[in-house]
Amino acid sequence: MQSNAALEYDYDIVKLYMWTTVIFGIVGMTIGVLIASQLAFPELNYLFGEYGTFSRLRPLHTNVVIYGFTVSGILLSFYYSAPRVLKVSLGESPLLKKLAYLQFGLYLIAATGMVISELMGITASKEYAQMEWPLDILIVVIWVLWGVIMFGLIGMRREKALYISLWYYIACFLGVAMLYLFNNMEVPTIFFSGGIGAWYHSVSMYAGTNDALVQWWWGHNAVAFVFTVPIIAIIYYFLPKESGQAVYSYKLSLLSFWGLMFVYLWAGGHHLLWSTVPDWMQTMGSVFSVVLILPSWGSAINMLLTMKGEWNQLTENPLIKFMVLASTFYMLSTLEGPIQAVKSVNAIAHFTDWIPGHVHDGVLGWVAFMIFAAAMHSATRVFKREIYSKSLLEAQFWIQTTGVVLYFTSMWIAGITQGMMWRAVDEYGNLMYSFIDTVSVLHPYYTIRAVGGLLYLVGMFMFAFNLYKTATAGRKLEKEPQFRSPMA
Amino acid sequence: MSLTEMQGYAYFFLTIFLVVILYAYILHLYRSEKKGIKDYEKYGKMALDDELSDSPIEEHPNAKNNKKEN
Repeated sequence: MQSNAALEYDYDIVKLYMWTTVIFGIVGMTIGVLIASQLAFPELNYLFGEYGTFSRLRPLHTNVVIYGFTVSGILLSFYYSAPRVLKVSLGESPLLKKLAYLQFGLYLIAATGMVISELMGITASKEYAQMEWPLDILIVVIWVLWGVIMFGLIGMRREKALYISLWYYIACFLGVAMLYLFNNMEVPTIFFSGGIGAWYHSVSMYAGTNDALVQWWWGHNAVAFVFTVPIIAIIYYFLPKESGQAVYSYKLSLLSFWGLMFVYLWAGGHHLLWSTVPDWMQTMGSVFSVVLILPSWGSAINMLLTMKGEWNQLTENPLIKFMVLASTFYMLSTLEGPIQAVKSVNAIAHFTDWIPGHVHDGVLGWVAFMIFAAAMHSATRVFKREIYSKSLLEAQFWIQTTGVVLYFTSMWIAGITQGMMWRAVDEYGNLMYSFIDTVSVLHPYYTIRAVGGLLYLVGMFMFAFNLYKTATAGRKLEKEPQFRSPMA
Repeated sequence: MSLTEMQGYAYFFLTIFLVVILYAYILHLYRSEKKGIKDYEKYGKMALDDELSDSPIEEHPNAKNNKKEN
């Protein structure tokens, strides 16, 4: 029998997802900066013919940062932290490890297929669900494999209770499984059209308002179960571990979990305010969005209170900076979202730039900051090396924070200006401005947004360089650090 | 009573019911800790003491536990 003295955590899979996080992060964010620049300077649309237009690149940007960068970050964090809180190594089960390799291989094929097909203009035309049916089927297989590995590890565990992070990973798995299947119900046209059209083309099973409702049930819950739930899983492990402080209140974490699970699924209707969906459904979407503040702030405050008595670490450790600012941005965007979901506010905010502003303070400030911190913390253990440069990490933090602030402030101003201009009427009730008037006024803010995005991208390159150097040239560690990640 | 009114009442009472469930859960968490049935806060340690060589906070009965053999 193998002895525990020889048994170590197996990080082979973690390393693979670490590199896909970096690659997809760079690709997705570069496209983001390009399309932000195109909105300010439209001539940039013609750089690469049809492949460089805004309409072709925008879905590619969202899909690569969500399904490439974020999902890789989630899986790297899962494969690093889940075995640790279960006290079981992936290497203890050769079958599960093989399945994990298979899952990664299929993920790489699906992600590459997604990039190529969307660049070619092949799309199911549903927002955040543009992938066509062959890729959808592949994603279902990848997801089922993840479930098998997750529950396989849980079945092998030495720790009886499941740590709160595991609850959130399970919720991510189940939530996405249910939502993905229902939203992507589609009919491949070739089988029902007598062979007309491309083999990969499909149409949704839903139509009209029903399609919109299912679409936003998915769209909003992709925010819930990809951008929120697994990121909370990440912070509940990495902040306590990096700071050496147990979570402030474990009971509050349980309560927030059930609150979030119950409330989030009902809030998607707020994307369809002032549309053709029934009025009561719009009101329900608004009400649940406001109630959502409670469980969201429950988790965020719990994280900030975890640092109680240890706030000195905020100045000393850049990884703590990333994570504390991430929970603060989580609070900001979970307050901003409900405000936008109030019907009267939404009358101004709907379809304006305030919406991408809101999305980006969440994803850049909360999601990506947590993924950077988790990857760097894991890197010291995975590669058994010190972080290559603390000063580079500090510089990345400040450059990216400046980028996020420029992004969301410019979009707040742009969005509210846009909303007010669209609604402005003269004394006879005629609209005062044409669409192009708003475009001229918004030009400076679009430029500021592109600069903000560029700063964030510069930070992404700094992160990639720092991670690569940590893996290859960081000072070797004799033993795994218990809490704080050592850095040069 | 119209169907819409019935839906309204059903929605109202369902909300009340769920709020009661939520508060009962809070009460359950705090009471079981006060009575010494379960110490929830100890689970926070799972993230900190997560080496394979660390003792589990609560050992899984069916775990293949080799540690004692060392």
